[in-house]
Amino acid sequence: MHGFANPARFLRIARPLTPWLTLSGLVVTTAALLAGLFVTPPDYLQGETVRIMYVHVPTAWLGMAGWAGIAAAGAAQLIWRHPLAIVAGRAMAAPGALFTALALATGSIWGRPTWGTWWQWDGRLTSMLLLLFLYLGYIALAQGGEDRDRAGRIAAVFGLAGAINLPVIHYSVLWWRTLHQGPSITLGGSTIDPAILWPLPVAVLGFTLIFAGIVLMRMRADIARTRVEARLRRLAQP
Amino acid sequence: MNPWPFVIAAYGIVVAGTLALVLASWFGMRSAEAAADASRTEP
Repeated sequence: MHGFANPARFLRIARPLTPWLTLSGLVVTTAALLAGLFVTPPDYLQGETVRIMYVHVPTAWLGMAGWAGIAAAGAAQLIWRHPLAIVAGRAMAAPGALFTALALATGSIWGRPTWGTWWQWDGRLTSMLLLLFLYLGYIALAQGGEDRDRAGRIAAVFGLAGAINLPVIHYSVLWWRTLHQGPSITLGGSTIDPAILWPLPVAVLGFTLIFAGIVLMRMRADIARTRVEARLRRLAQP
Repeated sequence: MNPWPFVIAAYGIVVAGTLALVLASWFGMRSAEAAADASRTEP
């Protein structure tokens, strides 16, 4: 991993990878969503609303995966002083926040015809809402003020501390059995019929590729802005 | 209750949100890298 610590080496890899990840993600996601809308059969119990699963599950996965990435970047920054770690953490924050918000919104839209309510202070819903607030806090902290190094260290500690919420989200449906259903997909298999299930992993893969492409774009933009600032500082010196 | 307005709304916000973020990140990256290239070539 330390081989990527050099921004120039990172950029040599990121430049060709960015369009490939993004375009392949868009193609795979489009195929999965079209299959989810027009190819798979309706569920015997939920009917057509089960199709919301193909956008709700990938966005929820990326909301959680984004924070896991922020925590890993925080650890890399605090332990190894990896110069790209804070850049990676900052780059994951906005997409992670957006996908968490989309997971909450699509869950709410799914809840209305299925549960009869838009919102319930259920363990899963509440812990996901907390994740969105954590993202907003991280974005505010990582932007920092004049001292970017100090802001980066504080954000890294915040990212690691916030990771406590990830197992709470995961196990919330088992600890507090209220409205949200239990896990349908586990390491032991799935309770979803294969005819309905198959576009879901494709959609998760497609959205993950898009997420990776977005993170690379935002890292490249951050590195470019830092270079401009460094040059302006050099020019300002007498 | 007709389920399709809910399905279309869920797909609509996810597709619109994702595309908006992809485009914003792409143009943000292009403009930041162009500014960095310009600052390197300036005297």
